[in-house]
This record gives sequence, C-alpha cells and structure tokens, in this order.
Amino acid sequence: MSNTTEKIEYVSYLDHQGKYKGIMSWLMATDHKRIGLLYMYAIITFFFIGVLLGLMMKLELLAPGETIMTAKMYNSVFTLHGILMIFMVVIPGLSAVFGNFFLPILIGAKDVAFPKLNRFSWWIFIVGSIMAVLSQLLKDGPPDTGWTFYAPYSTTTNSNVIMATAAAFVLGFSSILTGLNFIVTIHQMRAPGMKFFHMPLFPWALYATAWIQLLATPVIGITLLMLIAERAFQIGFFDPALGGDPLLFQHLFWIYSHPAVYVMMLPAMGVITEIIPTFCQRQIYGYKAVAISSLAIAAVGFLVWGHHMYTSGMSDQARWFFSLLTFIVAVPSAIKVFNWITTMYKGSIDVQPPFLYALAFIFLFIIGGTTGLLLGSVATNVQVHDTAFVVAHFHYIIFGGMGFAFFAAIHYWFPKMYGRMYDIKLANISLVIKFIGFNLLYFPQFIIGVQGMPRRYFDYPEQFQPAQVISSVGGFILAFGLFLMVYNLVKAAKSGAVAPANPWKGSTLEWQIPSPPSLENFDEAPIIKVNPYDYK
Amino acid sequence: MANNTTHTIEYKTLVKILLILLFLTFITISVTSIHLGALTVTVALLIAGAKAYLVLSNFMHLKYESLLLRILVAMVFVLFALILVITFIDYAFR
Repeated sequence: MSNTTEKIEYVSYLDHQGKYKGIMSWLMATDHKRIGLLYMYAIITFFFIGVLLGLMMKLELLAPGETIMTAKMYNSVFTLHGILMIFMVVIPGLSAVFGNFFLPILIGAKDVAFPKLNRFSWWIFIVGSIMAVLSQLLKDGPPDTGWTFYAPYSTTTNSNVIMATAAAFVLGFSSILTGLNFIVTIHQMRAPGMKFFHMPLFPWALYATAWIQLLATPVIGITLLMLIAERAFQIGFFDPALGGDPLLFQHLFWIYSHPAVYVMMLPAMGVITEIIPTFCQRQIYGYKAVAISSLAIAAVGFLVWGHHMYTSGMSDQARWFFSLLTFIVAVPSAIKVFNWITTMYKGSIDVQPPFLYALAFIFLFIIGGTTGLLLGSVATNVQVHDTAFVVAHFHYIIFGGMGFAFFAAIHYWFPKMYGRMYDIKLANISLVIKFIGFNLLYFPQFIIGVQGMPRRYFDYPEQFQPAQVISSVGGFILAFGLFLMVYNLVKAAKSGAVAPANPWKGSTLEWQIPSPPSLENFDEAPIIKVNPYDYK
Repeated sequence: MANNTTHTIEYKTLVKILLILLFLTFITISVTSIHLGALTVTVALLIAGAKAYLVLSNFMHLKYESLLLRILVAMVFVLFALILVITFIDYAFR
C-alpha cells in the first residue's frame, strides 16, 4: 500500500520476477504498467498496418482512374483502414496505454482497482482485433461499408459485415471494462489525502473519458447486434424494405461514435495539460476550469451526434438543435486551449521534444477544431458533407490531435517507462518531418473538398490531381517521419543513455519515483500536494 | 465508507417491492390497449423508470450509498432521458 513506510529494495517492474517467466510473464501480467505496454505494442502494430493501408490509398489517388487497385478493393482498403485506426488504435490509444501506465501512479496507487479485469480487457482487445483481421480473410471478402457500417447497405452487402461488426462489439467490451476500472480506481484508490481537486489533470481527463466509455459503448454494442440480427434473421430494424428506418441506425451509431471522438481526444488533452506546466515550470492556468471542462466536454459531447446527419433527411428542428449543441461543445474545448497558452505566458520554457509535440498538437487541433465549427453549422455543412473537407477535418483532429498527443506522451514519459533517454536531436528532426508531411497530406484536402472532391472515391476529375499529388507526397514524408521516430525510440529502449528519475523537472507523482518504477510504484508513502503543479 | 457496512432489508419489504413491480408490469401491459398516440413511449418509459428506481434503491441498496454515488447514478438516467428526448425531436418533426 502507498502508506507503507519501511524501505523496500528497488526492483524495476521490467526486471521483477513473478510467478510466470518469459512471454507468459507479459501475457499473464496484472501489473498496470506491463498491461499498458502490451496495449502499446499491439496498438503501434495496428497503427502501422493502418498507415500502410493509407499509403496504398494515396498511391491509388496519385492519378485519376484505376492505378494500383480496383474500386471494390479501394472500398475494402478504406474500410479496413477505418476499422483498424478507429476501433483498434485511437479509441483505446492514450487511455489504454498511458492511462493504464500512469493513472495509478499519478493518484498515488499501487495498481488499478481490478488488476485481473484489466488483464482480461487486454485479452478481449486482442480477440476482437483477431476477429477484425479475420473479417478481411474469410471467404465472403472484406467488408466494404466504411467503418460506419451504414444501413441499409450494410444489411444487404455480401461482404463480411457480421464478422467485422462482431469484432467491433468485442472491442467495445474491452473499452467498457477499462472505463469501469478507471472510474473505480479514481474513486477508491486515490492516495490518502488526495481529494478530487488535488489530482493532476490527466486523471481528470481519464475520468471523463471513462464515463463515456462506460455509458456510450453499450449503445454501439446493441446497434451492431441489431444489424447482425437484421442480416441473419431479417428483422426489420433499419432496412425500409423490412419496415425499418435507416436513420435509426445513424442515430444509434452516432450516439456512440460521436462521444467516441472524445474518448480519443479527452486523454490527448489531458496529456497536453501535463506537459505544458512541466516545460514552462509554471502552475497550470485555471486548474479547476480545465478539470471541469473535461467533464463538460464529456457531458455535452453526448448530445451532439446529429451533426453527422444533417443531410440524411433528419427534421429541420433537430438539425438546428444539434447545430446549437455542437457550438456549445466548442466552449470547453476553447477553455483548454486558452488555458494552455496562458500557462506558457511568462513561463520558464524549456524547449524539449514533448513540448514541441504539444505545440504541434495545439496548432493542428486549432485547425481541426475551427473547421469543425464549419461542419457544425448546418448551412456550411450541407455544402461540404461527405467531401474531402470532412476527411481533412477529421484527420486534423484525430491524427493531428490524438496522434500528435500520443507522440507527445511517449516522448514525455519514455524516460519513466524504460528508464532510458532517446536522442533529442533525432526526436526533433522526426517531429519537423512529420509536421511538414502531415500538413502536406491533409491541408490540400480542405481545398479540394470545398471544390467538390467527394470522400471515399477512388477516381476523380483531372482538376484535382495537383492537390492529390501533393497530398500523396505528404503521406510518404509523414511515413518517413514516423519511421524515424520509431527507430529513435526502439534504439533508445535497447541502448539509450540511462535517464534520471526526473529529467524534465516535473512536479507530479510519477517524477518522484525511480525510473522505471518498481512493481508497486511507491516503496514509500507518496507526499500528496494540494497543488499537483507546484513549481515554487 | 458506505460500502463497508452491511445492510439487511426485511423479507417483508422485499416482497412488498416485488408486488409493486409486478403491479407496474401489469400496468405496462394494460396501457398498450389504450391508444395514447405520441405519449405511448413516454408512459412506457415513465413506468419502466419507476421500476428501475425501486430495483436500484432497494434490491441494489443504492439508498444506503453516499450522496455522490446516488447523484452519479441519477445523472446516468438524466443523460439517457436527454438522449431519448433529443432523438424524438427528429422523429416528432420529420
């Protein structure tokens, strides 16, 4: 327990010898840190498969007409890219990796509330992922519906929709169990003396996220079961030919899938909120506002799903109502951005890779966020609905936001996780390459989207070719930057210089323990500060 | 903490609640024969909500839990109600 006072010999969690040896010591691990790493290795693997699929699409789009794949195969490639990236990378992403690793440490606990359930969540995640891969290989062929599985097409296509939706259903269970674990951990496992408003802000973000995971994910589970029931037993939920309503599918799908965007983004915002005070050596500006804004985003984020459906035939009253709510959700997001920037004001800024990644996040998130307002407004949305503009907006938020926050997090906490330091110069170079590649890849899509280039089309008129070529070149530059980053981190994990316990002069609890941490994190009772960002 | 304390509810009380639940189920079925139009779903959900309240507070001992926990559970139901109402803004005006 965290209140143990006697001195225990330090053994890092990576060297700890438990009941199991070798690979089984990982597969059977209940230590939150090892489970966090298991998620990370799995997620990074899926991420790079998704990147390869993305590059295939970019190659296809280099020239009008068929170049390297047929239209049918293009449909399958973007569907698999979406399923992998959404359900297996960005939804679990920060929460499962850094949430698992750092939540207990940040609140002064030795593990999550239910360690075995945590291990079970990872197993389910792997089972769901295998099912998703199988859906590509079975005899009916890979699903071609897009990751959204819109009915009635998904109820009638001959591709492997049932296996893919069942995979998403199973992956949802993993998400629910992780959310449940984190909520109970935060309520019950905080170190003695740590009140809710004494917690660092990454746990606050995880808390808000966990509620979304717990409450919204069952909706997609039920929806996908209804879809399977309709395909298997001809029960008319969504297909008008059977007496169903296709808009019901969209309502149910987005009741989950819009809050899911905040499952991706809230932990990302939490990471940035940890990084900025550390590298500015300054207390976060407006601690309570940032904490409560996480809850506000989670709450309002539940109620804005209809902005995905403005052109679907929804009633006018619902359209303006959803538009109003969408504008409201921008307020707590803006509070966070203003508070991050204000925190930097008069700070002792130390320009290190995690801080630069955080700056890149803010820049890209602002572009993604403000273009989101264009999509939230009915009048402009109907002009650019289902165009490349939406693709650009979505990737600026999810990749520019969540993706860059993931990179920021791994560069920030890497010395703590592995006890080693990466090459700072190479980290900065890879960031610059990724940043240039990212903007070349996605910014042209805003422009051709406004000009009328539809999303999910494998062919296009010649007028769009220059922008498509720039976009494709950007994709390969981005991939090169990613490769450099992985090379740098893998090399550092194996043979990097030994990192001190607190290389960034952080004030939160993870920096007060050795690197890498011991099995139970705290060999001595942690000292809980009323203000976790006290740099005086 | 509230969850470290054992609470025993008398069988008599449990049976009373069970009877109320059965009665509410009977009402749920009975009202289907009355044409309430747009209110059909509202009435069904109100009865279901009352039943859920009885189960949560008595069978699941929520009434012995801390105020924070009760508020959190209540918020879940408020959220559920909000989602239903907003969905029906579409269906009612389409």
